[in-house]
Amino acid sequence: MGDKKVNRRDFINSTMRLTAAVAVGGLAGMAVGKSNSGQYVWQIDPFECTQCGRCATECVLSESAVKCVHAYDLCGYCDLCGGYFKPGVKNLETAAEYQLCPTAAIERKFIEEPYFEYVIKKDLCIGCAKCVAGCTSFGNGSLHLQILHDICVDCNECAIARACPSDAIRRVPADDPYLIKGNFSPDEPAEWVNKS
Amino acid sequence: MTNNQRNRTILNRIVFILLFSMLAISSFAQTQRFPKPEFETGYSQPSPDTPEPRALGIEYLDVLVLVLALSLASWLAIRKRSRKGLMWLSVFSLLYFGFYRLGCVCSIGAIQNVALTLSDPAYAISIPIILFFVLPLLFTLFFGRTFCASVCPLGVLQDLVIVKPIHIKPWLQKALGLIPYIYLGLAVLLAATGSDFIICRYDPFIGFFRMGASFTMILLGVVFVLMGLFVARPYCRFLCPYGVLLGWMSRFSKSHLSITPAECIQCKLCEHSCPFDVIDEPTEELKHEEKIKNRKRFTIFALLIPVWMFLGGLALSGVHGFLAKAHPDVYLAELLIKNPGLKNDTENLDVQTFLASGKTMEQLVSEASVVKSEYYTGSWILGVFLGLVIGVMLMNQFIVRKRTDYEPNKTGCFSCGRCMDYCPVKK
Repeated sequence: MGDKKVNRRDFINSTMRLTAAVAVGGLAGMAVGKSNSGQYVWQIDPFECTQCGRCATECVLSESAVKCVHAYDLCGYCDLCGGYFKPGVKNLETAAEYQLCPTAAIERKFIEEPYFEYVIKKDLCIGCAKCVAGCTSFGNGSLHLQILHDICVDCNECAIARACPSDAIRRVPADDPYLIKGNFSPDEPAEWVNKS
Repeated sequence: MTNNQRNRTILNRIVFILLFSMLAISSFAQTQRFPKPEFETGYSQPSPDTPEPRALGIEYLDVLVLVLALSLASWLAIRKRSRKGLMWLSVFSLLYFGFYRLGCVCSIGAIQNVALTLSDPAYAISIPIILFFVLPLLFTLFFGRTFCASVCPLGVLQDLVIVKPIHIKPWLQKALGLIPYIYLGLAVLLAATGSDFIICRYDPFIGFFRMGASFTMILLGVVFVLMGLFVARPYCRFLCPYGVLLGWMSRFSKSHLSITPAECIQCKLCEHSCPFDVIDEPTEELKHEEKIKNRKRFTIFALLIPVWMFLGGLALSGVHGFLAKAHPDVYLAELLIKNPGLKNDTENLDVQTFLASGKTMEQLVSEASVVKSEYYTGSWILGVFLGLVIGVMLMNQFIVRKRTDYEPNKTGCFSCGRCMDYCPVKK
């Protein structure tokens, strides 16, 4: 009697073990079927971004992984830069009170008459998108936000993506991890090209 | 200046203003308002600063480290029987998976990725995440929860801060032990509907690994660590959703850590060594009438399980509207239906972005109602699942397993090895 009981328990145990193994294997198999061998990272689509400013505050890191990136190819090198100067400044000078950037993270350099180069100082930029808004509404839109992958810890769910009101953040393949304006064609080109 | 000339300048100005305003309206246009200059001084244009992410190869290194750590932990728990070894391995795991890899991706959070990939055809999961989900389950199926013992960074962090564990009454342990099932169910529901990854959002310890987080996250972490000084491994026992799956695997595991290497001498030392109260005492022989009574109760409770399942489904499907608010679309749609005045609130970013996006209210509402119907089905399934869990738990009270020795409870035991260290029998 005792032996029989032990055998029964063993039998139930091994049956359940097999069931569990099949279940886990099945789940894994289904997931593998949908998987992609590549790795993905988070990135901002600059054409979707509405410069709301949440990138500066919603990142789980105390220094946001989002910073402004300058697509120099698109820049007009303007003297009166909408991303650098506050609207309505009297003199085009580099005084702090004329600058749009709250941390003075944009460096204005004279190149030749009448052109100026604007360089983002990465360690000062907080990703607030104030310059992006200025450049997009008055200039070429060459200043735009990107998630910098030397800072980003690639959270399972990006806190900024969740907070983004315009769903501008998506996963992109890790071997092409940036969406720099001018260097990529958005998924639906018709949507943004024909809006002019 | 003649009249004709003046007219022409005015005309020119009007044309210019018209052109300029057209440019201003087309703010989305990517045609360059100010063409790129051609420099004469030999200026060379810098390229945008784009640092590369971690290489894919390193992702597989993590998987390799996971396999090695799991193998070592299982060997230390079952063959070598070394509590010290398990402890040093847990220090390594805390440093590697916790502080070096910053706690992401972890097996607990991987539940959500698997749930989302099975429900959303557009979401592609990466192979390392699948492996992080599956490997600990398979190892547990063979060797017990050695993953919890010294591989999981969240578990070992709590294990290393246990100071003076208090005893928790069995009924309270059982009741609190239901929370992980609820948490697991909710996490799968919210992940599968694409609403949120709550396991990651409310991970209490990841703030320590990253050395920074929001105030509430840090507060949650500090509370859990302080609680963990006295209530051993509070997250693992009363919250961890992955622990539910590991418990199922461990219950039927092929081999498992044993307290004593040879014959148990019933000294009861191990019982006091376990901070988690998961060592089962030897059972007393029941009287014949008791046995029959138990069998009757068991049958009654087994027959009641479908009732629990139905009631659970009914109850949770009743609150599916509330649960669905976790989805941003549903939340926004309901907010705007309730307070149409919010459309004039320029401070509300979500509302303003929605209005500027050109989507109509009807589109938003129809999208939200699709999500809501998913939630209706999902909350039925969740309710049935929770009813089943409660029913089985009630039924199991009347199964009396015969035990002659002190044995670890295979479902709840974390294989930490404290009991075998305490056992006076050595070979």
